Amino acid sequence: MSIDLEENPTVATPRPVRTSVRAEPSSADSVPMHERRLLSRSTAEQRFELIGCWVAAVALAWLVCGRLMPWHGPLVFTVVTVVLGVVLLAVITAVDAGWPEVVDRIVTTVITLAAGLVGLALVSTVLFIFAKGYRPLMHLNTFVDDMSGVGPRDPLDRGGVAHAIVGSLIEVGIAILVAIPLGIGTAVYMTEVGGRFARVVRTVVEAMTALPSIVAGLFIYTTLIVGLGLPRSGLAAAMALGVMMLPIIARASDVVLRVVPGNLREASLALGASRWSTVWHIVLPTARPGLATAVILGVARGIGETSPVLLTSGAATFMVTNPTEGVMNSLPLFIFSTVRSGEPIYIERAYGAAAILLAIVLVLFVTARLLARPRKGSR
Amino acid sequence: MSTTLRSALPEAEEDEPRDLWIDESGSDRAFVLGSRAIAATVLAVTAGIGLFLAFSAVPTFGRYGFGFLTETQWQPEADVLGIGAVLVGTFTIAAVALLFAFPLSLLTALYIAEYAPARIKATLVSLVDLMAAVPSIIYGLWGFTLVQPHASRFALWLHQHLGFIPFFRVDADPNAAVWEQTRYTASAFIAGIAVAMMVIPMACAVMQQVFSQAPPGEREAAFALGATHWGVVRTVVLPFGKGGIIGGTMLGLGRALGETIAVVLIISPSFDLKVKPLEIGTNSISGLIAGRFGEATSLQLQALLTAGFVLFLITLGINTLAAMVVARSRSGQGADA
Repeated sequence: MSIDLEENPTVATPRPVRTSVRAEPSSADSVPMHERRLLSRSTAEQRFELIGCWVAAVALAWLVCGRLMPWHGPLVFTVVTVVLGVVLLAVITAVDAGWPEVVDRIVTTVITLAAGLVGLALVSTVLFIFAKGYRPLMHLNTFVDDMSGVGPRDPLDRGGVAHAIVGSLIEVGIAILVAIPLGIGTAVYMTEVGGRFARVVRTVVEAMTALPSIVAGLFIYTTLIVGLGLPRSGLAAAMALGVMMLPIIARASDVVLRVVPGNLREASLALGASRWSTVWHIVLPTARPGLATAVILGVARGIGETSPVLLTSGAATFMVTNPTEGVMNSLPLFIFSTVRSGEPIYIERAYGAAAILLAIVLVLFVTARLLARPRKGSR
Repeated sequence: MSTTLRSALPEAEEDEPRDLWIDESGSDRAFVLGSRAIAATVLAVTAGIGLFLAFSAVPTFGRYGFGFLTETQWQPEADVLGIGAVLVGTFTIAAVALLFAFPLSLLTALYIAEYAPARIKATLVSLVDLMAAVPSIIYGLWGFTLVQPHASRFALWLHQHLGFIPFFRVDADPNAAVWEQTRYTASAFIAGIAVAMMVIPMACAVMQQVFSQAPPGEREAAFALGATHWGVVRTVVLPFGKGGIIGGTMLGLGRALGETIAVVLIISPSFDLKVKPLEIGTNSISGLIAGRFGEATSLQLQALLTAGFVLFLITLGINTLAAMVVARSRSGQGADA
């Protein structure tokens, strides 16, 4: 290869062409060096075109909106800018490249913009909730007081959502106490014991993940509250959440346990360990990060779910710590009932509660990611 | 080794193959029985819910016949109950949600799998998962307060320019001097946008996973033939990921049909049979349950359970189909070395 290059020195001084791949000289001392182009990076010319196009698009959009056409508003301006930018980029690319390159560039731009739009929607959701809800969070009583005796016009330094936070924690706590042993136990049975019955269980559990959460709530409402005549309570809400989370956790744990390498099990059994000690000392510890992630994501799902608790728990305005006795409140339910009240201060409290709920979910999510990380590193 | 021993001691007893099946120890038997008991409990609970729903559908269908599925009104006073209107509303909201979610999740999945710089890829995947973990009531608030004003103006624009298509029609004068904004709010369109936020992460995660399994050999071959990046995506990644695209979208659809609280927050309930997503007033099965469970008598409760059962059957069918499509698309995964 290097001899070839020495004989044809013109090859070594390339004209920058967009898609060409240069042969790299194998022995560096015998040939005149040239920069190796990074294939993934765009050239200076391309970057210049890109910046120029978008500057031109913004300028043209300013001209179109308001000066040429009766279109106003930031939304219209953005849309016009994007359309003009894509058109300009296509025209500029078409000047010195063929049709495939034009299409490639348009598609790249559209895909990047769409991903940006989805990211913007997520960021706007989080920022919006914290921007609307930060004022109640400035008052300590939001975290330690309940809403008993607080009227709709009372200022934000009275009352709080402690009862909803405690209610949420108790309900989700009971739900996971029920759902985790049953869910993980079922997953262990499905992967470690197996057999025909396990296949039946797996089919039914997978089918029940399709159960809409409101139907789970309605089931508990009909059986426990209407059927057995129990009062609306935190326990009923916890049961509804548990019934909803059970198939989700069982299915996620099943997936995690199935990827535990089979040779670990075989090694353990070959050493004479019993099946039980294989599961307890080998399979479950290996799958621990994955199981933790499955459980935490299930909890995050459960704590934010409104529809089952809407049907089953009732809404207390005061602190209730006994889940078996009477109505209870929870964060999603508090948000749902106060945001529709029409009272400005109540609505502000609702956004404060939403910010707390979102913060809890974010913390749970980050915890799940951190727990899942070691497994990723050792793979 | 054993052969030399045997030849040295010809009188030794014949080796008997050891019985490979050993009796299970006590702890093992307890383990198998215990885990089977747990699995049986879970099976009883989950199957019990399904059977309970199915059995409560029997008296409802006995009383109202199959007209229950087509009757639009829900008037307990007149003993007229039906889920025709809410079924249509459910599908309208889901269709609007998919209209937004399908292109966005497809393009986002392509971006993450193909275009994103390698070092932020893992972060982007986490962000999509985070999007799925955000509670639905948060998306409801987002749609209700932040999106609604812009979306209703967009609905007016659609009505003005595409109003000749019945789908975009609203019972209001589009060119009125004072814009009747309330006619364009609380609609299936706006609820669909909020639901789309919940569909996007589900669909996107599945699609992205399938896209990143595209056979590297074929990709590199296409690049080596001089294809542009889009050429590779069009000829290798998209055909390979077809099953993932369909399956992910259907999983998202299953979620969209069952969504409750974001829908209830946004829509204003109505029982008209109409496919006018831009106009105020619609309803979904989940919205019907959330709105009517409180005052329901036992017969109406059974009717609500039947409505829930119908919803469950629809989502179950869609999810099963989606799982089959996704599973089939991955079967060729090992074809490329």
